[in-house]
Amino acid sequence: MSTIKKIQAEIVEDFGMFDDWMQKYEYLIDLGNELAPIKEQYKTEDNLIKGCQSRVWLHAEHTQGKIIFTADSDAIMTKGIVAILINVLSNQAPKDIATAKLDFINEIGLKDQLSPTRANGLVSMIKKMKLYAIAFNN
Amino acid sequence: MLDISKIRKQFPILSTKVNGENLVYFDNGATTQKPQSVITAESNYYQNENSNVHRGVHFLSGLATDKFEETRITIQNFIGAKHSHEIIFTKGTTDSINIVASGYRTLLNKGDEIIISELEHHSNIVPWQMCCEQSGATLKVIPLLDNGSLDMIAFENFLSENTKLVSVSHISNTLGTINPIEKIIEKAQAVGAKVMIDGAQAAAHISLNMQSLGADFYCFSAHKLYGPTGVGILYGKEDVLNELPPYQGGGEMIKEVSFKKTTYACLPHKFEAGTPNIAGVVAFKSAIDFITELGLSNIAKYEEELLQYATEEVLKIEGLKIYGTAKNKSGIISFNINELHPYDIGMIVDKMGIAIRTGHHCTQPIMERFNIPGTARISLAVYNTKEEIDICINALKKAKMMLS
Ligand SMILES: Cc1ncc(COP(=O)(O)O)c(C=O)c1O
Repeated sequence: MSTIKKIQAEIVEDFGMFDDWMQKYEYLIDLGNELAPIKEQYKTEDNLIKGCQSRVWLHAEHTQGKIIFTADSDAIMTKGIVAILINVLSNQAPKDIATAKLDFINEIGLKDQLSPTRANGLVSMIKKMKLYAIAFNN
Repeated sequence: MLDISKIRKQFPILSTKVNGENLVYFDNGATTQKPQSVITAESNYYQNENSNVHRGVHFLSGLATDKFEETRITIQNFIGAKHSHEIIFTKGTTDSINIVASGYRTLLNKGDEIIISELEHHSNIVPWQMCCEQSGATLKVIPLLDNGSLDMIAFENFLSENTKLVSVSHISNTLGTINPIEKIIEKAQAVGAKVMIDGAQAAAHISLNMQSLGADFYCFSAHKLYGPTGVGILYGKEDVLNELPPYQGGGEMIKEVSFKKTTYACLPHKFEAGTPNIAGVVAFKSAIDFITELGLSNIAKYEEELLQYATEEVLKIEGLKIYGTAKNKSGIISFNINELHPYDIGMIVDKMGIAIRTGHHCTQPIMERFNIPGTARISLAVYNTKEEIDICINALKKAKMMLS
């Protein structure tokens, strides 16, 4: 099993423990609060993904064959999901990131949050992560 | 006194469960729910009356045309217009404003000025920017005071013989401010300008009389008045509409067509090219009937009571700040709690069955003015209750606890 798949399986297991939405949301809030901060100098207009509802900053660095993503959001729930995506896709090889399937999002019941109509910037964030991966892979 | 529980029973959607909880619908500024009479009228139209309007000699076409025109008369009476041909059916407020703004592209020249305000919905900003771009006219923006009301001194200072058009909303969809449109109309017309009022947030809450108000244009959307989507009204004074160039060309809007010259039909058809949303227009009458049966003044009184109660109660939440505290306000409360992001609040109360709106509400300049990313917004309608406000307050407290 690739590491990306393994991490996803762990996240699905974590979310499996929750009985109701409140626990799930509280967990997302915790993840958001715990997300390693992005360096202030990377919170630039260039790195900003403007959703209609919340904003996301994403920075990527290519070192030793892996991509390190750091990110932030002004909304904590969005930031919690950002943290999950970073957990899954950061510190991985470009090729693995580019080809990663993110089906686990459905399994943990956050599909709505990643629908383009939500306008919270998350869909564009995933797209941007993949584009970085493709660019760094070449 | 209105019997609210009886009113609620007329709205099938209000018994929806969300996440196991009773739906509390506080997003009426975006669109109101529809009573059964409107839903029935729309489907009855397709079942029994469907045909195209104004163009056939056959029985059904006559019936559809009669129904369609009945709504026009109903709207004329509802807003106190002098003539029924001053009522143009459109797709909605946005469409109505675009019709006027696009006509003004050819009526205006360099040096002319259009005045709007800082609290406008994007629908009452962008069409005028486009109009200015193409005509060379200049756009002036009335600034907001801290309480969310218009700086009327700045407005009066803007006025000159160059002012050709003033377009402001009757009620702000974000701040709830009821603008002093009577005064705006009087001052603007005194310098020879025409005035357009965006009544999207007003028509379901304030009694209107176009003849005493004297606005040159007034517009609103049926879907914010318990009516169907895709239908709107553009009211214009007869002579002003006659001077306005048509917006779209096509069937129905012409008198004679030849390749040498086409002449336009009279009002209102000049602005109603193509087959309209007939079913929606027909059903809109039922929505107006619903409102007039309750009485707009009764509705306004009840909503005022709800607004007062809701305002008092939300302010009990520590750290909650209301944006829009003008003296004259409609049933809209925009707020933030401490530094919490409105999106987070909206997501959490949604799980408790509460529909509030979060974001910039298509009024980004207001967000910039107050330097905030957005607000959470409660907007009220006649079927809302104090109990629902209590439920919402509890949910907001819970959200605050989870997020703090
Ligand atoms: C003040 C105001 N103007 C214009 C609009 C646009 O109305 P519609 O989307 O029905 O065209 C709205 C709707 O949100 C509004 O609140």
